[in-house]
Amino acid sequence: MNLEPLLLSLKVAGIATFIVFIIGMISARIISRKLFPGKSILESILLLPLVLPPTVIGFGLLYLFGKNGWLGQWLMDWFSLQVVFSWIGAVIASAVVSFPLMYQSASAAFQNYDQNLENAALTMGASKIKVFFTISLPLAWPGLLAGLVMTFARSLGEFGATLMIAGYIPGETDTIPLAIYFAVESGRMEQALMWVIVILCLGFSAVLWLNTWSRRKINFVRKA
Amino acid sequence: MRKLTWISSSVILLLLSSCASSSDSSETTVRIAAAASLKDVMEELAPLFEEQYNIELETIYGSSGKLARQIEQGAPVDVFLSADLRWIELLKEQNLVAKDTYIEFATNRIVLIGHDSTSPLDTIQDLKLKENEQLAVGNPESVPAGTYTKQALERIQLWGSLEGQMVFGSDVRQVLAYVESGQVDYGFVYASDAMISDQVITLTQVDNRLHDSIVYPGIVISESRTKDQGQKFLSFLTSDQATDIYKAYGFNPMRGGKIEQ
Repeated sequence: MNLEPLLLSLKVAGIATFIVFIIGMISARIISRKLFPGKSILESILLLPLVLPPTVIGFGLLYLFGKNGWLGQWLMDWFSLQVVFSWIGAVIASAVVSFPLMYQSASAAFQNYDQNLENAALTMGASKIKVFFTISLPLAWPGLLAGLVMTFARSLGEFGATLMIAGYIPGETDTIPLAIYFAVESGRMEQALMWVIVILCLGFSAVLWLNTWSRRKINFVRKA
Repeated sequence: MRKLTWISSSVILLLLSSCASSSDSSETTVRIAAAASLKDVMEELAPLFEEQYNIELETIYGSSGKLARQIEQGAPVDVFLSADLRWIELLKEQNLVAKDTYIEFATNRIVLIGHDSTSPLDTIQDLKLKENEQLAVGNPESVPAGTYTKQALERIQLWGSLEGQMVFGSDVRQVLAYVESGQVDYGFVYASDAMISDQVITLTQVDNRLHDSIVYPGIVISESRTKDQGQKFLSFLTSDQATDIYKAYGFNPMRGGKIEQ
């Protein structure tokens, strides 16, 4: 049996999640607790991928990263990196589509604890970086972790935008959702069914883990 | 509360009755599932047929493989126009082909297309891709144009060396779009596809002895409730009038089962 779609899906979703986790966390920390003009507009833009059809995102990405798109041309000229019709395109599609989930979780997480703890540390002379890693990060961790799992699950399931920017290249961009689509199209129903079961298991375990884990967290807080 | 239930139930009734009336009118509508490569020629043929026979046509397009699967799963389709015999045979096995409705109405060629700046080739044997170039082909497992391309390239032992730089389209029009938009450098499509686009040029024709002959078969689905109308449409497809239109769109018409040169 060909396990390539599974490995590829894990690779694409893993890298996308890593990128989204870092960028989502940092941008949420910077933006969410400040009040500035245009904040709601900026946040709306960041959350837009959540409500747009993936095909619109795919179209936009194709426009930007395509061989004639300015970002695509720039990446090609400077790093000879091709985004369209490559697995990198799949990573970008997954990252853009799942970003809002991480951003929302992270911005809630950073607003959910007493900010005076940070201020206290700052007044005692700790650097901003140190405060972030020793105070903010541990306090926000439950929310961040929830965002991480949601991001990974969403990346794993990304189809529309991926098909538009990464195309269908066996062994290069055929993640599980694409493998299912093309297996059905070619009449290989058993294979499609197998991948459906795999993705069901992955998605279910992610949500189940998140659910039980957060309930335990609440109980823990109640007891304390 | 009671008032609300009354209002909502009357709304539901209204919706249901409007559904019922719309299904009444669809009895004179023939639903056609057509191979993606037939899109432009069908858009010219359909209004002519509708006018002459006073029968409404509703057409969906997709790869022949996908459409055959959808019909197999019970999609409400009356006529199926495929780009490959294989999918008709699949439906025949499921007893989905209405008796004596099989026709072949057109043939086509596979061509290699590229951008304006690419220089034409003598044969496909001369096709060589640079390291960062890509070639788009219809997915051979569901797109007939891809199946024919694979047969030809395997025959001349080029498939294996090109496979690493291939992108598979989910139908032949997607392959055309990939080349048109400049995302991909080369593509294998039908001569009729290359003809309708002014953004691509035909680099060379694929020798049609390298693959199965490309015929477009049409059938009426056995579960259709408008079989007579569907049959009329199939007859229309083999009429002289339709034949002239195929030619204008880059197809070769067929009559009496013979390929017209």
